[in-house]
Amino acid sequence: MVKNKENSEDLEFWATNSEEGGWKIDSTDEGSQKMSEEESEQQLKIQTGSDVVDDYFIDEETSEDERMIVNMGPQHPSTHGVLRLQVELEGEAVRRVKPIIGYLHTGMEKTGEELTYLQGPTNTTRMDYLSPFFNELVFSLTTEKLLDIEVPARAQTIRILMTELNRISSHLVALATGGMDIGALSMMIFGFRERELLLNFFEKTTGLRMNHNYIRPGGVAADLPDDWQKDIKEILKIIPEKLKDYDEMLLDNPIWKGRLQNVGILTTQECLAYGITGPSLRASGYGWDLRKMQPYSGIEKYDFEVPVLQESDVFARWRIKVLEILESLKIVEQAMNNMPKGPYKIQDKKVTPPPRKRLDESMEALIHHFKIYTEGFKVPEGEAYVAVESPRGELGCYIVSDGSSKPYRMHVRGPSFCNLQALPVVMADSPIADAVAAIASLDPVIGDVDR
Amino acid sequence: MTEVQHVDVKDYHQDIQTLFNEGYEMMVDLTAVDWFRKKEPRFEVVVNLLSLSKNKRKTIKVKVDDKTLTVPSITDIYPGANFYEREVFDMFGILFENHPELTRILMPDDWIGYPLRKDYGSGRIPVQFKNAPKVD
Amino acid sequence: MYSPDNIFTTTIDKAVRWSRTQSMWPVTFGLACCAIEMMAAGSAKYDLARYGMEVFRASPRQADLMIVAGRVSQKMAPVLRQVYDQMAEPKWVIAMGACSSTGGMFNNYALVQGVDHIVPVDVYVPGCPPGPQSLMHGILTLHDKIMAGEINR
Repeated sequence: MVKNKENSEDLEFWATNSEEGGWKIDSTDEGSQKMSEEESEQQLKIQTGSDVVDDYFIDEETSEDERMIVNMGPQHPSTHGVLRLQVELEGEAVRRVKPIIGYLHTGMEKTGEELTYLQGPTNTTRMDYLSPFFNELVFSLTTEKLLDIEVPARAQTIRILMTELNRISSHLVALATGGMDIGALSMMIFGFRERELLLNFFEKTTGLRMNHNYIRPGGVAADLPDDWQKDIKEILKIIPEKLKDYDEMLLDNPIWKGRLQNVGILTTQECLAYGITGPSLRASGYGWDLRKMQPYSGIEKYDFEVPVLQESDVFARWRIKVLEILESLKIVEQAMNNMPKGPYKIQDKKVTPPPRKRLDESMEALIHHFKIYTEGFKVPEGEAYVAVESPRGELGCYIVSDGSSKPYRMHVRGPSFCNLQALPVVMADSPIADAVAAIASLDPVIGDVDR
Repeated sequence: MTEVQHVDVKDYHQDIQTLFNEGYEMMVDLTAVDWFRKKEPRFEVVVNLLSLSKNKRKTIKVKVDDKTLTVPSITDIYPGANFYEREVFDMFGILFENHPELTRILMPDDWIGYPLRKDYGSGRIPVQFKNAPKVD
Repeated sequence: MYSPDNIFTTTIDKAVRWSRTQSMWPVTFGLACCAIEMMAAGSAKYDLARYGMEVFRASPRQADLMIVAGRVSQKMAPVLRQVYDQMAEPKWVIAMGACSSTGGMFNNYALVQGVDHIVPVDVYVPGCPPGPQSLMHGILTLHDKIMAGEINR
């Protein structure tokens, strides 16, 4: 080893690597890789990887032969389900993308026409399986609008509490899978770990980890469990701590930033043209949130902000989800502190079956209970469209009633279905390596797309 | 908050264009209802527009002619209508004029029938796919 | 090929069976709700790695087990069969959840009424969706089945 560069004998010994000594270092320049002196600071930055140059795109038109169509999916680990993409590549650049959907088409709109209004949430909750409460909520709100009834205050607050907790769990999965797609595998472990905390509470309350069928027309299925405040307090304590961990890990991480910033730009105009709502719209600088603009279930009484970012890239769409979790926690805290007492179901005999206790006492109550659960209640003729702000955007439900106990037509406007249309815009003219980041940032849930 | 406006097929495209110019920036939803043996004509296309600047919603309803089953496409005004019109075509068989790519979106390409029509049964059906060896 | 009943090879049979159970790599075949529970089973709290099978392979060529997690639509059925055919022998299938076992609550035009119409299923895991514990129980049942079953499949 060279310890002293001035010592020429040491240098010679090192260069020849033998005791006899071969050629000397100044006898030939073969093998000596001197760093060229003209290298600028910028070039050095590129070499160390702290600066990335996206100059490998040729703007000129190339011949058709050089284009290649790659099929991505439907069985692919990073397409968030069974999405299939036909990607037209030119070298490494994505030129055109065509999403092909329908691989999870379940015929839920047809099934919805065969289920009564009370059974309806069972069906809709399985659409967007990451935010089941929102699907139940939107169906119930539409039915209640047709029935022209208002649920009690406690039911409304429980609904807000559960949906906002659901927004947190949904965003956690979005962060987790998004991190996994980009290569931050710890993020996936973290996200699913914190989600378990929320799922435990859901399981305690509703009996199921997912697909709850908890929010029903006329209220909610059951009251909150004993000591529910304790669980919520734990959630309110742990989640912000963990979010700090995520920020420590990713917010100033140069790899994460370099991978996401200025990638997959989706401007406000494109959002409006393609009907994209939710975090993607808010990350492009347009503060549109149905919770503020067209409030539902009394959410206007809560004090919370709508985070808006201007960058409109993948990084902003990731960041806004973290910020929304914090805002949702505020709503959850307020809902916990101001939970009204009273019934959790509407006290309308037409809609609500009699309580279990009454069935042992009264024959009429038993028949009534049986009738509501088999035949269902009749809903007046008409049609209604109600929208709520789901974690992915505007989730709407359109029900046409013909006066019977089953919907004549039930249509759900899933946000992912619409958001997926922007995928060609987001992915076009970017490297294929960024494609996965773009898909993850739009956070499509294929169950919601195909229904 | 929601206004309902019934329009004729002939004026449909023009009316949507007018509403777009009036400030309904976003097409939120496009679907159809099958009034089989209940109303004439049979199909009705329902479009939900949203104005973000005015915070208003508007529902447009178009009755579809039974013989032609054709409605002009609004993808040139709202590009986001693309998937929705394909879905309505797939599920109800309503054709959209001047649509860039009117193919089946949710069902397989070789599917027969339009599932959400009221005369299409919803019951159990045998597995329908080709080119796969039989399971032993 | 030797018969499984061969008295001279019982010990090696046991070793082969044991090795099959201890490194059974599943192919990522997440379809719907159950896929999320499958991911939850693979992550921190439930930790599928305890059974030597946390390595979800993206390529069916490297996998031994297909966990059909979710509803299989008519459009997906040929794809599913193709992925199954691409897997190397020996291979096993777990039908996770009500939809992939029987069609579940969606008895309609769009869904295959049970994935056993398309591929042979070894273990059915009930639930909608089955929790991670149920999935693990299904996997352990499959392990028992392999340990007790024939070595040639």
